[in-house]
Amino acid sequence: MDFDLSNEQEILQETVDKFIGNVCPITRVRELSERDDPYDEELWDRCVDLGLGGLLVPEEYGGAGLGLLDAALVVESLGRGAVPSPFIEHTVAVLALRLGGSREQKRKWLPGMAQGDVRGCVALGEQENAWFGDRWTTRFDSGAGGREGVRGTKAPVSFGAGSDLVVVGTAGGGLVLVEGADPGLRFERIDGIDRTRRLDRLEIEGASGSVLSARDGIASRVVDAWLVLLAADAFGGAVACLARSVAYAKEREQFGVKIGSFQALKHQLANMALEVEPARTLYWYAAHAFDRELADASCAAAAAKSAICDRYLRIARSAVEVHGGIGYTWECDIQLFLKRALFDGLYLGDSRVHYRRIAESSGW
Amino acid sequence: MELGYGEEFELYREGVREFLSKNWPPPGKSGEGIDDQAIRAFRRNAVEAGYLYRAIPRRYGGAGREPDLLEAQIIREEFRRARAPMEIGGISTQMLVPTLLECGEEWQKERFVRRTIEGEIIWCQGYSEPGSGSDLASVRTRGELVDGEWIVNGQKIWTTQAAEADYMFALVRTEPDAPKREGISYLLLDMKQPGIEVRPLRQITGGTEFNEVFLDDARTPADWIVGQRGQGWQVSRTTLKHERNMVGNAESAEKLFRQLVRLARSVDLEEGPAIDHPEIRVELARLWNEVLIQRCSGYYQLSRSAKGKSAGNLTLMNKLAFSDFAQRVSDVALRIIRGDGLLEPGRRRGGNEKWLNQWMGSLGLSIAGGTSNIQRNIIAERGLGLPRDVVGDR
Repeated sequence: MDFDLSNEQEILQETVDKFIGNVCPITRVRELSERDDPYDEELWDRCVDLGLGGLLVPEEYGGAGLGLLDAALVVESLGRGAVPSPFIEHTVAVLALRLGGSREQKRKWLPGMAQGDVRGCVALGEQENAWFGDRWTTRFDSGAGGREGVRGTKAPVSFGAGSDLVVVGTAGGGLVLVEGADPGLRFERIDGIDRTRRLDRLEIEGASGSVLSARDGIASRVVDAWLVLLAADAFGGAVACLARSVAYAKEREQFGVKIGSFQALKHQLANMALEVEPARTLYWYAAHAFDRELADASCAAAAAKSAICDRYLRIARSAVEVHGGIGYTWECDIQLFLKRALFDGLYLGDSRVHYRRIAESSGW
Repeated sequence: MELGYGEEFELYREGVREFLSKNWPPPGKSGEGIDDQAIRAFRRNAVEAGYLYRAIPRRYGGAGREPDLLEAQIIREEFRRARAPMEIGGISTQMLVPTLLECGEEWQKERFVRRTIEGEIIWCQGYSEPGSGSDLASVRTRGELVDGEWIVNGQKIWTTQAAEADYMFALVRTEPDAPKREGISYLLLDMKQPGIEVRPLRQITGGTEFNEVFLDDARTPADWIVGQRGQGWQVSRTTLKHERNMVGNAESAEKLFRQLVRLARSVDLEEGPAIDHPEIRVELARLWNEVLIQRCSGYYQLSRSAKGKSAGNLTLMNKLAFSDFAQRVSDVALRIIRGDGLLEPGRRRGGNEKWLNQWMGSLGLSIAGGTSNIQRNIIAERGLGLPRDVVGDR
């Protein structure tokens, strides 16, 4: 019994924290978020240099061969820093290949994904909140009747534009690989509320695809992994909101004293801490359950996503309140987290969707 | 990260199972045949085998083992599975005994510890007073040493089991001129004496689990004091290195949740069983998430403590998290039982209205043993490092 991080995992997280402090502190996040496209080629290159591109790529393909828990720890740090990084999307694409790729597909793509030549993204959701395989309508025809290729619309796709490899979800819950340069792909930028994430609407018109194995619901495993990573991001963001609020309460003075000495504020902050801090162990568990393929892995992923993303939204809103007037301004960094909380909460389904999934899989 | 216990501990588990299969239920007995004497005998065997009262030295009736949180957890799991008697719970064994072991005189340990853990004597706690709730260090019950005896006058309140108790351990002001926390002594008193009167207090549930205790020239020998004069406050804060159950809250939360699911299955809400009602399903999923968090947080705390490492602020949050959870469960239960909630739960036993006891009882959880607001102060000040209140006399 050791429900705790290993030394290596602690070091991994410290390394990423230090890296973010050097390469993408919050001032840099702000600069990137003011652009039309927050994706920064140089930042991603530095992430790849650190080894993040190949974190989940098996060693035989030049990666570190680590698990979802390790990736989630990285994501927690990125979430704490509100870093505009396509790490989640790239990592989920790696997982899709790892789970469903043939030897040939793996050999073709994984080494490049580890080295940084290939950036992956994943296009699953469609209009009207069709996040899961049973509602995807994008079609992949393998040639009969002259309509060969992938056709459909995916939106919103995060960090999709400019990627070299797109994993596309198809009707019935299949996954297909499409090269980013395929002329059949058209990304149209969407103005998202969260300016630290690039969002697009992806029109696919006859792109050539290479199908991933459909055995045993690979697509739903891929969704589960993504849910866990969103939960980890939400945890990191919630921790940042709490830490910033506590720091502000210790520094801001009114009525001649630090506002943090007022019991009303202390209780608000204590309630925030109570919601945030124990939840870390839930995303750990969900990631661990995924890595070990435990029976409740899917349920745990839904629990982590719904519980932690809900908390992030509440904590970010409380953080605005704790900061008072300044918290309501564009200049205050809390707004970046508030909007990331919206993204984490709503992308891949809001919490009610996942509550229903939990209820179903628990046999109530 | 590893959620299993590993080979060495699974071997240990085998031993516990073997012991239980031989000893519980007691050979040749079942159901009604298992009387108090049989339970006492079982506990003695379990102590002998090293499974109960592990941290208590053998000379005081314990098993005298090195503390090991994982072994302790395995023992709890297996004893629960076998529905075998565990340690006698409550403040006698969980508060008084550790305090005596840490701060008591040798004669006090010899005289009281064994009889307490064997259930021969019962203690009550004389801490709170009508004017001293959250501000416990303001106790005013006075103790004066007169001719080799403490003469104690004052009033204690919320005293659980005061009527049944043989003895009380009490916080008593013996040094009236000393600063607040330095003027208190930790005294032991015989409850069966003319100077002590116990009056039951009726709770909102109608039950009477606790009492007022009036001390009117109550007497106790001069050496029935634990620690020195004026050290009572520190003595009462003593925490011993014993095998605290780190996942106890999570186990209670899960049990309560399962009861709620059973209720939702058995009661109709609108068109069909409540368990199929979309809003109830959402509420159940929300609560299940909380159960999972408490379970994961519990196992993390267990793992950290087993390695001798801190689990940070999480240890400060368990009580508040559980009492919040119990209140949320009670709200959902009330939504399910609806009109049955108009009935008096005491009279028609077995009906859904018995959930009213949980509904009211969950309020008690957020008050007893440090109110939820005090818990929030602790999290804010000790956990988050916020400045202490500017007002008052602490």
